Amino acid sequence: MKDGRINSIQSMGTLDGPGVRFVVFTQGCNLRCGCCHNPDTWNMADGKTCSSTELVEKALRYREYFASEGGVTVSGGEPLLQPEFVSDFFKLCHENGLNTCLDTSGSLLNDTIKELLNHTDRVLLDIKYTTNEQYSKYVGCSLDAPLSFLKYLNERKIPVTLRQVIIPTLNDNEGNIIRLKRIASEHRCVDNIELLPFKKICQVKYDSLGIEFPFASLPQPTPESINHLNTLLKDKSLEI
Amino acid sequence: MRCENWNGFKEGKWQDEINVRDFIQSNYSEYCGDDSFLEGATKRTSNLMKKVQSLFELERQFGGVLDVDTTTVSSLTNYAPGYIDHENELIVGMQTNRPLKRGVNPFGGMRMVKQACEAYGYTLSHKVQEEFRYRTTHNDGVFRAYTDEMRLARKCHVITGLPDAYGRGRIIGDYRRVALYGVDKLIEEKRNDKNALAKGNFNTEQVRMDEELFQQITFLGYLKEMAASYGYDISQPAANAREAIQWTYFAYLGAIKEQNGAAMSLGRVSTFFDIYIERDINNGTLTESEAQELIDDFVIKLRIARHLRTPEYNELFGGDPMWITEAVGGMGEDGRTLVTKSSFRILNTLYTLGSSPEPNLTVLWSTKLPKGFKEFCAKVSIDTDSIQYENDDLMRPIYGDDYAIACCVSAMKVGKQMQFFGARCNLAKLLLIAINGGYDTTSGIHIGPQMPALKEDVLDYDTVMERYQIYIEWLSNLYVNTMNVIHYMHDKYAYEKTQMALHDTEVGRFMAFGIAGLSVVADSLSAIKYAKVKPVRNELGFITDFVTEGDFPKFGNDDDRVDLIAKDMTHTVISELRKTPTYRDAEHTLSVLTITSNVMYGKNTGATPDGRKAHEPFAPGANPMHNREENGALASLNSITKLSYDDCRDGISNTFSITPEALGREDQDRTANLVTILDGYFAKMAHHINVNVLNRETLMKAYENPEAYPNLTIRVSGYAVNFNKLSREQQREVISRTFHEAM
Repeated sequence: MKDGRINSIQSMGTLDGPGVRFVVFTQGCNLRCGCCHNPDTWNMADGKTCSSTELVEKALRYREYFASEGGVTVSGGEPLLQPEFVSDFFKLCHENGLNTCLDTSGSLLNDTIKELLNHTDRVLLDIKYTTNEQYSKYVGCSLDAPLSFLKYLNERKIPVTLRQVIIPTLNDNEGNIIRLKRIASEHRCVDNIELLPFKKICQVKYDSLGIEFPFASLPQPTPESINHLNTLLKDKSLEI
Repeated sequence: MRCENWNGFKEGKWQDEINVRDFIQSNYSEYCGDDSFLEGATKRTSNLMKKVQSLFELERQFGGVLDVDTTTVSSLTNYAPGYIDHENELIVGMQTNRPLKRGVNPFGGMRMVKQACEAYGYTLSHKVQEEFRYRTTHNDGVFRAYTDEMRLARKCHVITGLPDAYGRGRIIGDYRRVALYGVDKLIEEKRNDKNALAKGNFNTEQVRMDEELFQQITFLGYLKEMAASYGYDISQPAANAREAIQWTYFAYLGAIKEQNGAAMSLGRVSTFFDIYIERDINNGTLTESEAQELIDDFVIKLRIARHLRTPEYNELFGGDPMWITEAVGGMGEDGRTLVTKSSFRILNTLYTLGSSPEPNLTVLWSTKLPKGFKEFCAKVSIDTDSIQYENDDLMRPIYGDDYAIACCVSAMKVGKQMQFFGARCNLAKLLLIAINGGYDTTSGIHIGPQMPALKEDVLDYDTVMERYQIYIEWLSNLYVNTMNVIHYMHDKYAYEKTQMALHDTEVGRFMAFGIAGLSVVADSLSAIKYAKVKPVRNELGFITDFVTEGDFPKFGNDDDRVDLIAKDMTHTVISELRKTPTYRDAEHTLSVLTITSNVMYGKNTGATPDGRKAHEPFAPGANPMHNREENGALASLNSITKLSYDDCRDGISNTFSITPEALGREDQDRTANLVTILDGYFAKMAHHINVNVLNRETLMKAYENPEAYPNLTIRVSGYAVNFNKLSREQQREVISRTFHEAM
């Protein structure tokens, strides 16, 4: 049993991994992305303490709803900040036959994280930006971090869904899609790419926390632009 | 009995006795494929439906009632035949001589009929009033026998919605019997039963039954006469699919001409029809498109069925529903599914004719249903918000595999069981009456055992529970006795002759009690137990409000501390009800169902310790209170799965609203996820769920601009309504409900 800090639980998630999933949002994040929709998970001191056994008992109350596809997802915050806790939770999930999914930025990698990946059935890797310039500017570290994480996942043959928040003026362009496809094609573990439209409903969270929403002035993408980018994504003739 | 019209059917004991189930089991073909075989609406159907839509529009423009025949008392043979478009109708029969024209039916009560006529600008004819001057109505009988206390309980709204002024409904005739056997055979069987009765001693029950059999036989005769006026001889079994549907519809039509019961449910007809349809398709006399047309035409008839109600009734129930509930699907006791192509066809009417609250399509869900059917149901739910689901795996072991649903959630064996409908008591108000020692602060009425109001500065859980128990015992006894009066009188003065003729003579009876405000009570008791509840008293020392400090577990978050309070409450109530014997030895049952009356119950109830303000609506049925769910949709479902069907055999209603985005990204994900949610919920032995897949914004737009959304249908509690027929207050309440949204 390990204790961890969590922000909240959502008993029904259908957007973070396959099927119907029990989603845990961990507390604490090492990044401060301008598009973040969970600023309330940033500070590790907030949130509440919860043990891995407590959490798996909660998840098991929903196992009838998971069918063959679903299971649990740990999102955040950044789950990789608490690898021992998440690892123990996933291990317990596996002992009880629950599928596990990790939603991360992939900006950290060490031995305890590698141990956590032993118990991970799928990684949802949020790649944020595809150029080192943008990554450094808006995330605060090098694009090499998530790429080496992805490389490691590829070696371990862990299935990956590559995700990216589409932010108008920053990455809603063809070049970005080409680079995304290139990254995917270079890593056989990537079997799926999901483009997530940037949303601003989290403004209220920023307001209530008294933090400035860094991307408040940027527009939300139109459904048409997301459709267009998804078409490009599927377009086999588009050069990679 | 042997009959040419049965050629091609497998022989069985159904030929020697009235046994529709055996006929179905011996002859139906299960269907495990998907929806790809379905055909759309034909030109004929679309044209007919256009006519019906324009009639609906006229009805709306006339304020909800198109026309009333104030001079003819509704019964089987009192009107000339009526048609929508005679040449183009495949299935015929109308309640009166014109579509959407309502008849008057004073057998339940004269006052209601007069008021209803007046509300829509009509006057009940002198002729009808004169005819009933020397007749006792059900309503007259009840009020002759009501005690002072029964009247008070009604007046202060601690027991409400009782069927003491209108037809009780909730009885399902086995309308299929008319198609399978023809009316002559049914009359012969009833005569045999009457003769058999004559051989025994006559006590009260035998005399009553003897007279009832006489009435049943008489009305079977009227049924033949009614069909004959439309040019059909229904004395013999139906010879093909069209006749089977027509004969069955005539039987149902006879029932709704005779009775204006609150819920006039249909039963379980689609798989029965399928046997005839399959026979005709195999004979080469029917195509798939023609089969869909027959079902479409039948469903059009159900959609124009109407009863004359008072505006107060419409306000309570959001329009004037008839709860024409059809149970679809389910599994057989032998492990084969009862899903047939006609189960798909009847759901397909939501596409061929557009979405609609009636008939109340109710899928009997089993985790073992074929995948293709599950996926089709989920798709229809997502597209139309017009179907509800009930747990076949929970009900089949109790009722077998030929049961149906009356009204919203009341299961009964078709043609073998019936119920005495009993609306509901207001548990939240009762809690306030208990705390105040027998005083209702909302109505100013003293009722029940009289004792001092609780004196504590902070309410103590054990003291409150002890007090509450005393009042639950008192109310349960009063409730059963009140119901006994009502149903004695209904049998005496407004007996359901046509419907009971389509039951076995020896029939099982339920007496269906109900509770409103379960989640308000559970949260209130949880607040008293886990937080600090300080009563606020008025100048007379009665408690009229509460100040609740601190947090407490709330129903709908999968937290046993409060969920089990709710479960125990239902157990306490049914146990207390069982202590008082019922009329005709009916079995006591309990429902957690409010339909849309949760708004009215709230209006009549003071502030409660859970933080709900005075007069604010309750949550509907067994739902958690709005916006108190903090852990998402499945946690909310889990709380409801803890209520026990053994305690609540008349059903546990849950209405679930979710946005399309929260169900998944792509259409196929949404369908698949809804299937696994339903599988999970019912695997945990939940009883019922209404599924709405929509955005709050859509409802808000419809609220602002009703003309733009004339057919917006939503599931409420146990049935569906046209959103525009809800009162403004009900619309606001529906909008304020929890919508499970994407994170």
